[in-house]
Amino acid sequence: MKRRLAFALAAVMSFSLLAGCSSSGTTSAAGSSAGSQAASEQPAADGGNVVKIGVFEPVTGENGGGGFQEVLGIRYANQLFPTVEIGGTEYTVELVEVDNKSDKTEAVTAAQSLVSSGVSIVLGSYGSGVSIAAGPIFEENSIPAIGVSCTNPQVTAGNDWYFRVCFIDPFQGTVMANFATQEGAKTAAIITQLGDDYSSGLGNYFKKAFAEANGEASIVAEEQFQTNQTDFKAILTNIKSANPDVIFAPSSITTAPLLIQQARELGITSTIMAGDTWENQTIIDNAGENAEGVCISTFFDENDTSNPAAGEFVTGFKEFLNANPDYLNRNGGDGVAAVSALGYDAYLTALEALKAAGSTDTTAIRDAIGSVQVTGVTGNITFGENGDANKDMAYIKTVEDGAFKFLKTVTLN
Amino acid sequence: MMMKKSMRILLSGFLVLLVAVFLLMVEQDKAQNGMLLSVLEKGVILAVVAVAMNLLNGFTGLFSLGQAGFMAIGAYTTAILLIPVDAVDSVYYMNGINPGIKAFKTLLESAPGAVQMAYPYLALIVGGLMGALFAALIGIPVLRLKSDYLAVATLGFSEIIRAILSSPQMDTITNGSYGLNKIPGFSSILITFIIAGVCIGLMALLIRSTYGRAFKAIREDEIAAEAMGINLFRHKELSFVVSSFFTAIAGGMLAMFMRSIEAKTFSITLTYDILLIVVIGGLGSITGSVIGALLVTASKEWWLRFFDTPLSIGGISIPLFRPGFRMVVFSVLLMVVVLFYRRGLMGDREFSWDGLYGLIKRLIKRQRPSKGGAA
Amino acid sequence: MSFSTLIQHCLTGISLGGAYALIAIGYTMVYGILRLINFAHGEIFMMAGYFMIFSMASFPWPISVTITIAGTILLGVAIERAAYKPLRSAPRMSIMISAIGVSYLLQNLATYLFSALPQSYPEIPILKKIFQIGAVSASLVTFITPVLTILLVYALVMLINHSKIGMAMRAVSKDFETSALMGIKINNVISMTFVIGSFLAAVGSILYFTDRMSVTPFSGTLPGLKCFVAAVFGGIGSIPGAVVGGFVIGVCETALVALGYSTFSDAFTFVLLIVMLLFRPTGLFGEKNIDKV
Repeated sequence: MKRRLAFALAAVMSFSLLAGCSSSGTTSAAGSSAGSQAASEQPAADGGNVVKIGVFEPVTGENGGGGFQEVLGIRYANQLFPTVEIGGTEYTVELVEVDNKSDKTEAVTAAQSLVSSGVSIVLGSYGSGVSIAAGPIFEENSIPAIGVSCTNPQVTAGNDWYFRVCFIDPFQGTVMANFATQEGAKTAAIITQLGDDYSSGLGNYFKKAFAEANGEASIVAEEQFQTNQTDFKAILTNIKSANPDVIFAPSSITTAPLLIQQARELGITSTIMAGDTWENQTIIDNAGENAEGVCISTFFDENDTSNPAAGEFVTGFKEFLNANPDYLNRNGGDGVAAVSALGYDAYLTALEALKAAGSTDTTAIRDAIGSVQVTGVTGNITFGENGDANKDMAYIKTVEDGAFKFLKTVTLN
Repeated sequence: MMMKKSMRILLSGFLVLLVAVFLLMVEQDKAQNGMLLSVLEKGVILAVVAVAMNLLNGFTGLFSLGQAGFMAIGAYTTAILLIPVDAVDSVYYMNGINPGIKAFKTLLESAPGAVQMAYPYLALIVGGLMGALFAALIGIPVLRLKSDYLAVATLGFSEIIRAILSSPQMDTITNGSYGLNKIPGFSSILITFIIAGVCIGLMALLIRSTYGRAFKAIREDEIAAEAMGINLFRHKELSFVVSSFFTAIAGGMLAMFMRSIEAKTFSITLTYDILLIVVIGGLGSITGSVIGALLVTASKEWWLRFFDTPLSIGGISIPLFRPGFRMVVFSVLLMVVVLFYRRGLMGDREFSWDGLYGLIKRLIKRQRPSKGGAA
Repeated sequence: MSFSTLIQHCLTGISLGGAYALIAIGYTMVYGILRLINFAHGEIFMMAGYFMIFSMASFPWPISVTITIAGTILLGVAIERAAYKPLRSAPRMSIMISAIGVSYLLQNLATYLFSALPQSYPEIPILKKIFQIGAVSASLVTFITPVLTILLVYALVMLINHSKIGMAMRAVSKDFETSALMGIKINNVISMTFVIGSFLAAVGSILYFTDRMSVTPFSGTLPGLKCFVAAVFGGIGSIPGAVVGGFVIGVCETALVALGYSTFSDAFTFVLLIVMLLFRPTGLFGEKNIDKV
């Protein structure tokens, strides 16, 4: 009986494989012709031309919270600009969202599924590790990707198909180190997460810049913790005995409140600083009054009035959030996260690139991205030689009275 | 009724040919069949690990949970050997690479073309040998332990290996916590299939040899086996080392498939996933493991992915479907198999043409009377 | 390292060890009777964390603690009935796979129901009160954990040595079949084992998570394995052994992290296991003549 079941399953499997094969034979012919010829000549059966934009973001896992905020920004942008004109024809933009689960292994499969769903361009991700892992897949299949808030330099380095709209870690690390020095810090401790490109990378750049400004001896403690670790008492006790002026702890949203609370519980009074990931209301909600005084750097500030596009975006995005209780809940209130703004900008950049390319051919799109100019809500976006956006300004914020308060902008050079 | 040997060989050859032609056809359009290709490739790699685990757990009766660790050894070794010299600096961008490794790689780059051609295979074999070496060392103390202690000890070793690979002290070799990327893969899925086929074939031969019979004797009754003159430790060690060798090779193949690896990839969950495959396929059946690997991978990565996305039929959204549901289904499936179908898909039987022939005959026989009854 | 830092580390280690000890007892008791590593024990501990989160959302803490403990006990017994009892005569490997299956299921179920994101653990105000002695600062729970552990263990030892069910347990762990022949209701004894194990896991969970403030579906796995090692270290089947093992692992782990080897803190536990199995397979307090290794 069971044996028969086994064979039946095996047979089903082999048939489905064969079926997949034969269907692929026909679709592949159609696909390749559509790719090479002008797609406008053969309007799709569902009544319009469709261009697919892949959204490669973590919605679950360690970075699920921040990843979702980024998705929200992209969805909002898609709602505002649902169509794009490519080569004189109106195309409807279809978002294909996949969840890379904040996991490098899952990221490869997720990227693979984006590739097979035939996207023309990919947006994402939040978290550098998954972007680095998926980069070769996009490169191999010639699909251009625009990183949203992956700040590690390795994302775009050596990959002609990966671009990004945010600043990168060497810049961010230096900004925070300079800021700490300006605030009068003479010694610093660094806490990083093992196995996380973002955390270790940013920590390292901070260390280099801070040591340059204050001497090698100014780094009084360097501690690492494991992914999913929740007990930071031991490493914090070491840091307490080193008594640094600032603690730089770039890490995920989930780690942040634990780290802050346990540090205060042990009686550590040093200023705690981190990178862009910490700009998230849930951290303050979880850490309560212990979060007061935490300093972070980020890409965007919703109260910045110098950019008219930003103001418009903030109003519209808040409405968008308030219209959907689920969004509001998962965003942790109607605050506008920097990553949402970046997601919005990345989407605009993708549309500009599609327009400039004048076709849905992926190579043309890639070549177009390098030369587009976008007036985004996080500032003007142009791309440098590595495919990184030319950004030279970071926003420093601090937690005051249970909310992030804009402190100042920092530019280098 | 038995088939003639020549007939069986002919059928097997035909099947192999069919698979090869099918793979080549699928590969004609990589972009369209991306999902199918990656599922097939991952499935066949996991099949190697599953068969290797089966060799140990199903045939020798040693309950080992160290698969992820050995895969990690193989994956890291192969990856370090294969990363091209000009990509090295960008991979080890934070801490730099050990100059010795770099010099060795540069030396290899200038090797004659034949060596270059064989290099990926050599790298896999070196990875396998590293795995085997570690297994031999670990086996000496650990194989003295019985069932559950062995399980926890091997699980522990796999965790230790993972911790060592990702430790800052290994930064210049394994790139510590940053993981490795830019690992070149095989140009065609056919090569992966051939390697996997060779690995599984070798293990099948081992199981059918006198050694294999000794393994089964140990599984059934250690004391009796020892009384029959089987050297317990030697055979256990052999099984452990061989199994780890192939597990490590599969780890290397996984690294080449994924293009980037990190220590986190090789956590306990990976071992559990493979255990799931082995149990579903049937402890003690090679074909069961292979079928299980392909089925589980295909359902997990592809067919059942819709479990994770909210679904609505006719405007009514089904509340069960949301991220994570897929894995719940899989774990329930595992429990059902363990509790009610302890033998899995294949039990301890193997696929054979005779079996298939007999099955078809029985199916036809059974259908006839039922049709007659209906009329 | 200054004196106060040392004291601070010791406090952290002992408190962690206390929680480990409570979980380790669950392993040692189940193993003593069923000869089964209850791989799901770590997940029971994790689920207890979620029970607390949800009951605290609508009840004051004393009621929540009761609900959590009751829920955890129910879960433990249900697992035994559903996943282990049907396999009592099956080969060893099947039961172990079943145990792994349950742990896999609970992890995935928790991921599905509560998402993989850490949920913040509710604070019991009294336990979180911070004490400052000189340069050493810690919350009350850090001090309470070891004390409570010792008290509970004392009560448990009393129960096992001086009550009827305790006697039955000892009999079953010595010889399964003979005690059945003597009229002991094996299933009741096994259920009782799971009741006690889950109760201690629930208490351990409250103490552990109050100190760590967040629960994820995976936060039970490693503590679970470590506590099994603690049980083996102390000698499986021995309750004082499990307690000592728990404290040893807790303190050593904290010491390693304090010395800057946080990467190896998890690996250390397994090194300890292997070394122990090689040189003293019966553990510190284990009975000498049991054929288990």
